[in-house]
Amino acid sequence: MTGRPLVAILDYGIGNLHSAQKGFEHAGADARLTADLGLIRAADGVVLPGVGAFAPCMAALGRTGLDDAALQAVQSDRPFMGICVGMQVLFAGSDEAPGVSGLGVFDRMVRWIPGPVKRPQMQWNVLHRSGDHRMLTGLDDPIWAYFVHSLAPEMGDASDVVATCDYGGPVVAAVARDNVWAAQFHPEKSSAVGLQILANFVTASAAAATN
Amino acid sequence: MRVARVIPCLDVDAGRVVKGVNFVDIRDAGDPVELAARYDAEGADELVFLDITASSDRRDTTVAMARAVADEVFIPFTIGGGIRTLDDARLLLRAGADKVSVNTAAVRRPELVSEISREFGAQCCVVAIDARSSSEAPSGYEVFTHGGRTRTGIDCLEWVAEVERLGAGEILLTSMDRDGTREGFELKLTSKVATAVGIPVIASGGVGSLDHLVEGVTEGKADAVLAASIFHYGEHTIAEAKTRMAQAGIPVRPT
Repeated sequence: MTGRPLVAILDYGIGNLHSAQKGFEHAGADARLTADLGLIRAADGVVLPGVGAFAPCMAALGRTGLDDAALQAVQSDRPFMGICVGMQVLFAGSDEAPGVSGLGVFDRMVRWIPGPVKRPQMQWNVLHRSGDHRMLTGLDDPIWAYFVHSLAPEMGDASDVVATCDYGGPVVAAVARDNVWAAQFHPEKSSAVGLQILANFVTASAAAATN
Repeated sequence: MRVARVIPCLDVDAGRVVKGVNFVDIRDAGDPVELAARYDAEGADELVFLDITASSDRRDTTVAMARAVADEVFIPFTIGGGIRTLDDARLLLRAGADKVSVNTAAVRRPELVSEISREFGAQCCVVAIDARSSSEAPSGYEVFTHGGRTRTGIDCLEWVAEVERLGAGEILLTSMDRDGTREGFELKLTSKVATAVGIPVIASGGVGSLDHLVEGVTEGKADAVLAASIFHYGEHTIAEAKTRMAQAGIPVRPT
């Protein structure tokens, strides 16, 4: 075992994963883009990225069998992180793709951002903390993160909401439950703030590895 | 909250930044990675690289540049210029670019916009529009291509609606009447476009002062402002730009 925790970034053929890998490497991980089930099982932390749209992401996850790998990782208690559409697919489904089931880790829907606002929200915005999750450890308020999205998860009872942003009203920006972290924004594109969030995940992965 | 973005634009030829960037104590003013890192540290919200490489067989240098920038710099960046096909877009996005912008090729073959949008998502599909005032266009503005040299006969507002329908995620709007003049954005054009669409609009062309950046948002209704020379030649820092915008009541990410 090396000193750097192994972080497996699920590579299911969707979009630009290069920045995510480099970001986790900067944050201290041995980060691998992979679809190798053995490597994913052996990883200290697992990341589910995603860009574009809900339905193609779910289809690609199903085609590659990485939907099961993701769910196994979620159930394994190792740190798991969904990013952007990789967050959205952790929910039950999405307004964007009626009839397409998500992974259902969080039992509610992803909805179009409501109101007379431009969609996508394509900008930096402030994270308003809800509670004190270690995802945001080491960051001073106001925390600025980069968002690109037209939909966001429902607030639910907000017990798993880590942060919101204000975009025509409160919009869910990050959720977490047990070992599962998920960010609607792009930590790998949020400059020093984002690298700190990735480092927090790497730290959690290192801690899990020694248990 | 709508937060305006400030975006420096860098011209790139064969993987090197050209038209000079005068930062103090910069080691290599042509190195896109060093300049991108510098603008990140200064608080730029995004970067746009405009590829002006003439010969297509040197385009692989642009892909290599995208990879090198993505390795080191963790803010979003767009690459535009010379993207003619879905394959061109794919190479740049796979290399690490967050968005690609298409211009002439989209006018020639509008399906390119929907192809990029469908395969990679609207969020990475920027349509760059070069507009010039024209008494013949219903909106008063006509779309030009080939760096503003070629008339298309297409009305700017019609084209804007069309590319939104085709799946563009953002519009980079350049006034060819103002580009290079330092007289400020073409505010009437900018506000017409920005209020006509439901996707973000980046104003470009003509910035010569910090107040021009303010006007682009307040009067032009743009979501982001793009400038080159006022930043590159050391006249103003990103921090000065954002301070002026914040003083004018525009929400910005502080540097």
